This record gives sequence, C-alpha cells and structure tokens, in this order.
Amino acid sequence: MMTHITALGRWGIDTLEQLGKAGLLLFRVIFRVPNVKKGLPLTLQQVYAEGVLSLLIIVVSGLFIGMVVALQGYHTLAKFGAAQQLGPLVALSVTRELGPVVTALLFAGRAGSAVTAEIGLMKATEQLSSMEMMAVDPLQRVISPRLWGGFFSMPLLTMIFNTVAIYGAYLVGVKWLGLDAGAFWSNMQTSVDFHADVINGILKSIVFGLVVIWIAVFQGYEATPTSAGIAGATTRSVVYSSLAILGLDFVLTAMMIGGW
Amino acid sequence: MTNLVEISNVHFQRNGRAIFDGVDIVIPAGKVTAIMGPSGTGKTTLLRLIGGQLRPDQGKITVSGQNVHTLSRKLLFKLRKKMGMLFQSGGLFTHLNVFENIAFPLREHTKLSDDMIRSLVLIKLEMVGLRGARDLMPSELSGGMSRRVALARAIALDPQLIMYDEPLSGQDPISMGVLVKLIRTLNDALGLTSVIVSHDVTETLSIADYVYVIANGKVIGHGTPDAIDQNKAAQLRQFLDGLPDGPVPFHYPAKAFNQDLLEGIVT
Ligand SMILES: Nc1ncnc2c1ncn2[C@@H]1O[C@H](COP(=O)(O)OP(=O)(O)O)[C@@H](O)[C@H]1O
Ligand SMILES: [Mg+2]
Repeated sequence: MMTHITALGRWGIDTLEQLGKAGLLLFRVIFRVPNVKKGLPLTLQQVYAEGVLSLLIIVVSGLFIGMVVALQGYHTLAKFGAAQQLGPLVALSVTRELGPVVTALLFAGRAGSAVTAEIGLMKATEQLSSMEMMAVDPLQRVISPRLWGGFFSMPLLTMIFNTVAIYGAYLVGVKWLGLDAGAFWSNMQTSVDFHADVINGILKSIVFGLVVIWIAVFQGYEATPTSAGIAGATTRSVVYSSLAILGLDFVLTAMMIGGW
Repeated sequence: MTNLVEISNVHFQRNGRAIFDGVDIVIPAGKVTAIMGPSGTGKTTLLRLIGGQLRPDQGKITVSGQNVHTLSRKLLFKLRKKMGMLFQSGGLFTHLNVFENIAFPLREHTKLSDDMIRSLVLIKLEMVGLRGARDLMPSELSGGMSRRVALARAIALDPQLIMYDEPLSGQDPISMGVLVKLIRTLNDALGLTSVIVSHDVTETLSIADYVYVIANGKVIGHGTPDAIDQNKAAQLRQFLDGLPDGPVPFHYPAKAFNQDLLEGIVT
C-alpha cells in the first residue's frame, strides 16, 4: 500500500517536473530577441521540412475523407429527402472538426515524430553538445526554427486539407451521385459562416500546431541519448500529441460553441 | 609556467552516486596533458565540467583565470570560443558537408566574407590532410576521417585550449598514428594547450607531457609518462598493465558462489 502511494507521489512529481521543463523550454524559445537575419532562413527550411513534406499525406487524406463524408452523408440525407444539404454538411464538418483534428493528427505522425527523432539523434550523436561548446545556443539554432516552422505550417496545411476535402465531396456528390452543382455550392455558401466556422477551425489548428510541435521538440530535446531512448521519445511524441489534440479539441469546441 | 585550467577540490554527483570526490588537476599552458581512467569513471563528465556544460556540486574550475561556473551566460559563451572540444563521436553536423561543418563556427561568430571563410576552411582542412574531402558528407567519412574533420572544426576559431574525448579509441593503427601526430603537431605549431581524455594507455603515454590517472572519483596518480610508468601503486598498475584482477575485482559484487548455487537446489 505504502509503495503504491510512494509510486503515485513520485509519478506526480516527475510529471510536474516534465511539465515545468517543457514550459521553460517554450518560454526560452518564445521570449527571446529574434535574430531575423539568421532565424528566418532556418525557419523557412523547417516550413519546408515539416509543412511541404507533409503535403502529400495531407492532400491524399483530405481527398479521401471528403469523399467518404460525402458518400455517408448523401445516403443519410437522402433518406430524409435532404440530399441537397450535402454541401453544408461536408463543409461544416470539415472546417469545424475534421480539418483541424485530422490534419493535426497526421502532422503529429508525419512531422512531429520526425522532429523528435531528428533532435534526439542530434543529441545522441553529440551534435547539440558540440554546438554548445562552439558557443552556439542549440535552443536558438535547432529548437526555435523547428518550433516556429511547425507553428506556421499547421494552419496552412489545415486550409489545404479543408479545400481538398471539400473538393473530394464535390467529386462524389456532384460528379458521381449527380447532385446539382449550383445547389451544392450555394447551399454551402449560405450556411457556412466565415467567422464561426472557418476562422474558428483555423484557430483550433493554430493551437494544435503549437502543442504538437512543442511536444515534439521537447521530447527530442529531453530524450535519453541512446537508440532506445530515441525510439521511446518518438513514440511518446506521437501518443502525447494525439491525446492532447483530442482533449484540446473538446475544450476548444466547448469554448467556441459557448461563445468564448 | 602558468596553468590554463585549474580544477580544485571538485565534487560531482549523478543520481546520488559520486562521480568525483575531491579532484585536483592543473593543466599547464602549452602542454599536452592526458587524463586517463577506466570507462565510466567520468572522463567525459570532467571535460563537460571544464566546458561549463555541467556544474560541480562543490569546488572550483577556472579557465585562463575565469571561474567557469560563476560567469554569466554571455561571458561563458565568450570563453567557449577560446575552447575547442572534440567529442567522442565527433559530433559532426550530419546535414552539412565537411566544408560547411568547418565553416559553421566561422559563420556563426565572425562577419568574414565568403572568400575569407573559404580560405580559412581550406587552411584548417589542409592541416588535417583532408582538403580533398571537403565535399563529402559526414556519413561518407571513415571513423578516423570524421575525427580529423571534427578536429579541424574545433580549431576553426583558433582556440587556446583543445579538449579531446577519447580521440584514439576504436581507430585502426594507421589513423591512430595520424591522430597522435596531429595532436602533437597542432599543439606545438599553434601554441595550443591540449587535454586528452583516454583509456588507450600506450598511445596516450607516448604523446602526453603530463598524465593524470583517475579512478573511483579520485586522482590515483599523476606525473610525467616516465614517472607514471615506474609507479608501483597496485591500482595504477592494474589499469596501466590491463590486469584482469586486482583492486578492481573481476567479479561484480555478488553473494558467495556456493550459496547462490545451493539456493537454486532448495527451491
Ligand atoms: N546524462 C547522464 N545521466 C546520468 N548519468 C550519467 C550521464 N552521463 C554519464 N553518466 C554516468 O556518469 C558516469 C561517468 O560517465 P562518463 O563521464 O561518460 O565516463 P567516461 O567518459 O569516463 O567513460 C558513468 O557511470 C555514467 O553512467
Ligand atoms: Mg567518455
């Protein structure tokens, strides 16, 4: 019994310590004088590595998810003779929920894990220590560009996902199932609110992006510098990110529907 | 003769285990000083303490008169530009080629033109004999070559002090010979002060001017290579001659062998 309580206590303290370290890392990356001349090219490189290289999986997933939602939605709506409402159904579910959430989950799997593994490997091969000994701060040189790169990539990826998913729904609904294209688009236009639906979805994606990339850089930076350590850190990066995305999605949705 | 680095009464713990338990070492300027000891005694840790990456629990470390652990971050970074460190695995940046690896500290800390940087990098590469390898990626280098590249990078900013973490371990005889020669010539030609951390006894004794041997958190012997070779202390002899049993026992602590066997039969 006592050992269980001790274990629980130790777990609690360890968790708090990790959270504190992660907070400190974020603080030290965000609150510093930015060096635009050196930082910008490095950040753009990371937008490429994390954003552009994630495009394929985002586009393909977006297309299929849009197509599946349209197919499912059409059959349900048709039962009530409301098949004309397919456009709004797809657009709302994609911009409000599926876009930000699925993009973030894919982003965590594709870019987050890669960032964790890369930083962990740089640590294990003493690249980060060498940098420190050359009087170059790895936080500034390695961590910060990756964090900002992910931060800027996620909303862009989400917008692309949304667009492709809606196009996929159009292909299925209009081109395949024969809905009227005019009704599809105009119904969508009248029922989707730019602020409440589109902007809120993008806001979600910004929050998810920050959390995913924060977890990813932290797990990499704190990884045990061995092969087993890096493998564990990569797994944790994806698991924690996914849980954080789904949990935060509920909180954010509740806040947005409650009107903040 | 002045001392570039002075380590006095340093204590350092890791996870409750004492790695250093009162260590005093001085590194004289312009010499090659070797620090030897079995694996896991904390040789790498000692270099990180000197470089200010770790902080001692007690004691003081000064580099060219400055106390490493009371400096502000800015001054510590300034001091580090005068130190080069060669990590055990080389620590080359895997996404940059040889040329860019060596240019990295120059680009970070100087405002030199690209032409100047090119010349400087080629000079450093020529010193380590790898001018022809400038376009290779680190993954294309052999173990000995990557240490030489890392060496060229460590001296890119013309430091006063250079620290080598196990520069010779895992090298074939030829690259070992090359590295031994390089360490010596760079030290003498550039007026560097060198610290070598190693457990390769013969080679290290052959290049060092002065040797410290550490074990169990303490300095167990120091002196010139000849003096160390003559030293009769049992602990020192076991390490230098590679005896399987001695003060460091062959057996990991365990209960008596026959008792262990009997317990298996009873249950
Ligand atoms: N990051 C770390 N966390 C905890 N213990 C460590 C860490 N790095 C090294 N150690 C321990 O410190 C001791 C000394 O390590 P090290 O300085 O690498 O020894 P050496 O270089 O002499 O082989 C070893 O017992 C090692 O297990
Ligand atoms: Mg070591």
